[in-house]
Order: sequence, then structure tokens, then C-alpha cells
Amino acid sequence: MTTELRGKSAIVGTGHAGLGEAHGLTAYDVMAQSALAALGDAGLKLSDVDGLFCTMMEDSMPALMAAEYLGIQPRFIDGTMSGGSSFVNYLTSATMALDAGLCDVALIVYGSNQRTASGRLVTASRPPAYEAPYNPRYPISAYAMAAARHMHEYGTTREQLADVAVAARAWAQRNPEAFERGPLTREDVLGSRMVGDPLTVRDCCLVTDGGGAIVMVRADRARDFPKAPAYVLGSAAASSHRQISQMKDFTVTAARDSGARAFAAAGVTPADIQAVELYDAFTINTILFLEDLGFCAKGEGGAFVEGGRIAPGGVLPVNTNGGGLSCVHPGMYGIFTVIEAARQIRGDAPGIQLKDIDLALAHGNGGVLSSQVTAILGSRNTL
Amino acid sequence: MQDAKGPDQLFQRALAEGEILLPKCDDCGAYHFFPRVLCPHCHGTAISWKQAGGKGRVHTTTVVRRKPERGGDYNVCVVELDEGVRMMSRVEGIAPGEVVIDMPVTAFVGEAEGVPAVLFKPSEG
Ligand SMILES: [Zn+2]
Repeated sequence: MTTELRGKSAIVGTGHAGLGEAHGLTAYDVMAQSALAALGDAGLKLSDVDGLFCTMMEDSMPALMAAEYLGIQPRFIDGTMSGGSSFVNYLTSATMALDAGLCDVALIVYGSNQRTASGRLVTASRPPAYEAPYNPRYPISAYAMAAARHMHEYGTTREQLADVAVAARAWAQRNPEAFERGPLTREDVLGSRMVGDPLTVRDCCLVTDGGGAIVMVRADRARDFPKAPAYVLGSAAASSHRQISQMKDFTVTAARDSGARAFAAAGVTPADIQAVELYDAFTINTILFLEDLGFCAKGEGGAFVEGGRIAPGGVLPVNTNGGGLSCVHPGMYGIFTVIEAARQIRGDAPGIQLKDIDLALAHGNGGVLSSQVTAILGSRNTL
Repeated sequence: MQDAKGPDQLFQRALAEGEILLPKCDDCGAYHFFPRVLCPHCHGTAISWKQAGGKGRVHTTTVVRRKPERGGDYNVCVVELDEGVRMMSRVEGIAPGEVVIDMPVTAFVGEAEGVPAVLFKPSEG
């Protein structure tokens, strides 16, 4: 059952700034440069923007800070903070706001300078009271415990986790915008420094600077822009917990629910998807989301990713820009899943451009496997 | 906290006195953790406190790697108590890497970061 919102909005511009290291710039500088880049891509100006969808790591009122910095007075603002999934979630609220006439040009935007500012994850989020005394390293301890449980229940191996990182690097090596492009083998991953068992530093996403932005309009205007639009065919959110100790089943994420609803809304199935962009904060994420979104059965994710099956030339193109593991990870990566999915459809992917992409999936993760948001984008052929 | 009223205050006061209390719903009979003003299962608001049995199993575990000069590696785990609730904690008395999933553990009140906290040790026998 597709929804009334299927294909009602379209991405007509994407942009980014400060990927890797943005020396001397604040997070809001990077945010603003990203906004200008996306608007330039769409042939629009900041003064055209009347809907703003933004959150940042630094503040409790980042959307207001961003609007002030950009010098705009949007008539619609959404600053919902569900972690890195927020920016996939904004596809839903932007589509609703556009469809209802609450705004005409929606700007989704994010920026961070965490690498050059501090070299580690910067967050205004407070550690949960019933977890903080035990000093979990946030967020890796949570993902490590999910990986440990998956290995225990399904026999998933560290080698299979490593293959996720190796595949991401292979995509990144062909992407000039990617931050880490050196060679990486399974042995390199297994032999690198253990951070939180069973995850080594190479099982973890990068710590980079960077920002991204997306410009959306109603579908009826979408053909009036310089480049081909990417239509939002379906998007759905689900959340299961905030603190990792409250996760009911450490091997099943709410992506099972968000994915099922996004596919239903779009009227397509996993077999139809030609490019898959997943929020890979850690190698276990890719395995969990491939299972939960229905690309393989529960417990089979390890075998599914093994030996280059999601690398270039494999059975399914996953994280075609190199992902958070090798391309960019500025605190929150979610917006880049949408940008890469849209670019594959629009034909301007920075790395390997897949042929004739009509359907791509973007999946955002937030918190500690807490919030899951899935979106399916399509070309004009899918309307 | 002489006049503790809220669920968190009551839990913490008991802990400071060496006691582990768990909230149990009068309506549906299920335990929950963390303490709160309603039952997350049935949303009832009649909650009683019960002494924890203290027996549980490690549901999942990790070793936080830390340089020796900063104190060395330590365990972080999630324990499922026999009452059916889970909590984050650590297992003490064995090396952090020796803590394994499904291992039977027993709770005790110790100290973490300078505050009273529920900790676990491997169950005997
Ligand atoms: Zn109840």
C-alpha cells in the first residue's frame, strides 16, 4: 500500500563542504558552505529557502542558530533530533511541509568541525544516568555489545565484520571525495588496535569534519531545475530505545519496521533496489541493516557481506561512496546516505557512478541503534 | 535523601544503604528497570519495590580498551536479572575478557565513579 506522499517531493540539489578537514572553520561555517553548495546545484539562492530542516551536535537550539547564521526567516522549521538518522527523517517532514504548502523550498543541512576542533565525537548529549557510572565508551561500547551478541547467536565472525570495512574502502578508493583511500585488507582490520571488543579501530567510522545539504521542492516543479530530480518515493521512521541497556533484542533493530513501511510506501521490494546507502557507524551496522531491511535473512548478514559481495563488482552495491567507514563521518553521517543515493540517481556520483540507477535506498541510524529511518528514492521512471 | 520521594531517589537511597530494590508493577506483575513513575509494559502507575534476588546472566559484554597508565582495560556488560530486567554493569573479580555471554552472575552493591552502584561477580558453583 503506497502512501499519498509517494513521489510528491523531489531532491533538486545536493552539496557538501569541508569533507575531511575544514581548518579554521566552525561547525556553522561548514553548515553554511554546504547550504550554498546545494542551492548552487539547484540554481537557487538562500533567499528562496522558506523551510529549514537542521540539527547540529553542539547546541540545543541548532536550527535557530542555523537560520540566524544563514540570514533567513523560514516559515517552517524542523529540528527534530534523533541522532544521525535525523536527516533521513527530515525527508518525511519536508515532503509533508512541501505538500501542505507550508513551504516551497526545503533546505536540509548539517555541518561539523569535530576533527579539527577536537579530534573526537563532540556531543551536547548527556550520558544516561543508569549507564554513566560504568563508563561505557560512547558510542562504541554499545555497538560492540550488539556485535558480540550477533556473533554469539549467529556465528558471525570478526573476519566478516572486517570485510564490511574492506568493501567500504574499495568504494572509497574510487571516490576522490573520500577521506581514507589507502589500501585496506581483512588482515589490516583484524590486526589494528582493539578499541572495544570485538571491534578494532578499523571497524569504527572515521572522525572527520564535513557538512552536507539537500534542497527539495514539490514534484510538480522538479523538472524546472538544472539537473535530473531524485523523487522521494517512501520514507519511514521507527525507534526502539535510547540507552543500549534498554534494547530488547541486540540482534534486531527497528530498521525492520522502518524498512518495511518505507518499502510499502514506495511500492517496491529490496530486490528492486539498485544502490544501498546505509549508516555504517561501525561494521556491525551494515550487517544488521542488510538483514533488517530484508536484503538477507536474520543471521545471514555475515555471509552476505563476505569476500567482496558488497564491494565494487559484487552482488549488491552498498555504500558506494565509501560510507562513514572510509568516506566521511562528521559526528552524524545520515545526510550523506541521502546525498549519495540521490547522486547515484541523478548521475553525478563522485566515485563509481553505477549505470541507470532508478531506485536507491538511504538508511539513517541514530543514537545507539536507537532510531532507524529508511527512505527510498527514485528517478522519473519510477513515478 | 531522608525524604526521598521519586523513583530514582528511592532506588538510590536503598543502594546507598546496600540494598538493591527493583520496581514491580502491581497491575501486570512485571518488573522494569530503570525506575520510573509508570510501568512501561502496561502503563499502570501502581508500582511497588521488591528486593532483587541478585541472580542473573550476562546478556552481552565488551572490553573497553584503556591504556595501562590510565587504569587499564575494564568490562562493560548488560546483565539480565532473573526478574527479567536488564541493566548495564560490569563483572568484577575476573579479567574483563573472561566475561562471556550467558555466564551466571550475582549482584552486589559496590562503587562506580564514586557512587554506590550495582556490580556483579561470577556466581559460585
Ligand atoms: Zn504493568
